[in-house]
Amino acid sequence: METVNKIRVLVAKPGLDGHDKGAKIVALALRDAGMEVIYSGLHQTLDQIISTAVQESVDVIGLSIMSGAHLPICEKLTAMMKEHTLDNVHLVVGGVIPQQDIQPLRDMGVAAVFPGGASFDTIVSGINALFQ
Amino acid sequence: MGVARYIKDEKGAITEVVYQSGMKIKPVYGPQELADAGFSYDTDLGEPGEFPFTRSLHPRGYRSRAWTTRQYTGFGTPEQTNERFKLMIANGQNGLNVAFDLPTQMGYDSDHPLAEGEVGRVGMAVDSLKDFHTAFDGIPLDRIGSGLTINAVASIMMAMYQALGETKGFDKTKISCTPQNDILKEMIGRGAWIFPVEHGVRLVGDSIEYAVKELPRSNPVSICGYHIRESGATPAQEIAYAFEIARAYIDTVVQRGIDPSDFVGRFSFNFNVYGNLWEQVAKFRAARKIWAQMLKEDYGVTDKKKLFLRGLFGGGGSGLTKEQPENNIMRGAFYALGAALSGAQTTALCSFDEAYTIPTPRSALLSLKTLELLMDEVGLRDTVDPLAGSYFIETLTLEMGDKIREEMAWVKEMGGIVSGISEGMIQKKVSRQAYEFEKGLQSGEYKKVGKTPGKEDEGTDVELHQYNAAWAKSSTDSLAEVKRTRHEKAVADTLRALEKAAKSKDNVMPHLVECCKAFATVGEMADVFRQTFGEWQEPVFY
Repeated sequence: METVNKIRVLVAKPGLDGHDKGAKIVALALRDAGMEVIYSGLHQTLDQIISTAVQESVDVIGLSIMSGAHLPICEKLTAMMKEHTLDNVHLVVGGVIPQQDIQPLRDMGVAAVFPGGASFDTIVSGINALFQ
Repeated sequence: MGVARYIKDEKGAITEVVYQSGMKIKPVYGPQELADAGFSYDTDLGEPGEFPFTRSLHPRGYRSRAWTTRQYTGFGTPEQTNERFKLMIANGQNGLNVAFDLPTQMGYDSDHPLAEGEVGRVGMAVDSLKDFHTAFDGIPLDRIGSGLTINAVASIMMAMYQALGETKGFDKTKISCTPQNDILKEMIGRGAWIFPVEHGVRLVGDSIEYAVKELPRSNPVSICGYHIRESGATPAQEIAYAFEIARAYIDTVVQRGIDPSDFVGRFSFNFNVYGNLWEQVAKFRAARKIWAQMLKEDYGVTDKKKLFLRGLFGGGGSGLTKEQPENNIMRGAFYALGAALSGAQTTALCSFDEAYTIPTPRSALLSLKTLELLMDEVGLRDTVDPLAGSYFIETLTLEMGDKIREEMAWVKEMGGIVSGISEGMIQKKVSRQAYEFEKGLQSGEYKKVGKTPGKEDEGTDVELHQYNAAWAKSSTDSLAEVKRTRHEKAVADTLRALEKAAKSKDNVMPHLVECCKAFATVGEMADVFRQTFGEWQEPVFY
């Protein structure tokens, strides 16, 4: 019964940044919390992320961004998600994200933002909340 | 508490302490512990400056010379980087440590679509020799050495540095650069890799061989346990995997018929100072000894100076918190104390705002002044290896040595570090540990002051280093001008010669120097390698 309703999450590292510890440990935490997790590996273009999301029919795309380029990346990805009619897929973002950028990200359509220091509980319940 | 595991009784007294590398710590140490560990002054320590160098590389330590400070610097345009370099030098820094932006690290020019939003963000953007001319303008390259923090395209940057020197009137035998050039650690952590493992290692081999023959003052590789530690390795693993990576590079150069004694003295290391103070001191003391023993026993190196574990012990990024960032100033001071008690030859500190931004001039100077204060005010230059002979430190140093050797043996069992990385075994082990540690931090098993389990940061009021989109425009304009004014035939010819070398077994370095002098771009040179070598398919484990 549980397996039918498992939330499918694509944890993705967009762009050139290779700091993947955060992405990997969050992937492990989401899996331990009962979600199905696909980890993209490094250096993904936004096209690759969209195509994996479509292929794997995920419910959530979770981006991990450490380089500071979260605003331009999310702006583009949210537009691409609309183009591909991924209206039912939630985009969440984690990484080195200053407080002042959270609202602009939300305004773009990012469903949840988890800046560095967010606990596994916060991330798991934040994602679960998107489906209630 | 801290990064070690502490078990307490109902009254809050500590009953058990286990360090990250696995050593169990006793409440009291005395002569018996040392005897049980089989400690011998002559074989385990030796005099400072003598084999196996546990105590120090130099007989009188910091009395002869204080440490070299090299804060990691570079952002935005080459002009801004030049300004910051000059600020750091004016404030007493005696070596540069250059940060490059991600497109440069990944071999893309500023006008490449994948560079969008990243130009000049985490370091300086370098497209061609023109950018090096600007960034190093007015820097005496015969007196100030430069660390170049770049790996996948380190060979290109080393060639660029030679081209810079030669076009500015500094002979290649007088300049000194230390490219990081450690591609295997990029594959374990940090992730700035491009080419498949064997081609990556070949480029490292080419640059070492070239430096041995042509660049007598440059150190062609700086092996970074640092990033392996940041990715979740224990201190013992940090040292063990770095030494096994060094072994892979030594072996690839030895296969070219070069005697290890001709180049191992030019290897340097970059290690982390984050963690428990005593464990760090034991780590560095044990590491100096194991490195010297490994070179002597496995490679027959006898010349004393070539057995030195040289390098930068510093940073400490993983210890910093976003919460109460001013606490990071104190953390930095204690990490630096650990480095000084360990006899670090070169050092640098993460700045207190580095958990969330690129350091501002104020925070970068604070780090530099912290390092100066330890040397000039606190008394760390008074005597060499001041903790030597401590029952606790000597026992711990011996135990740490055993842990490092155990990890090295595990790597050997897997068939060496190259196969361990190709198959993702090292990455898997390290990221699982990172996960377990993070869980422990969140449950309160481990402690960082200012972080309360279950309570999250509510935002801190700090000055941020601002990214400016105009940097990208300035870089692409400058690149367009280079492309307009350079001699296209020379570019095409040198790139063709590079391709020929890449496809054969010829050393690519002399060709890269010619490409740089013809103002071929980093992206163009990296593309030659991409087309010839292909790109690495990372084993995805988590």
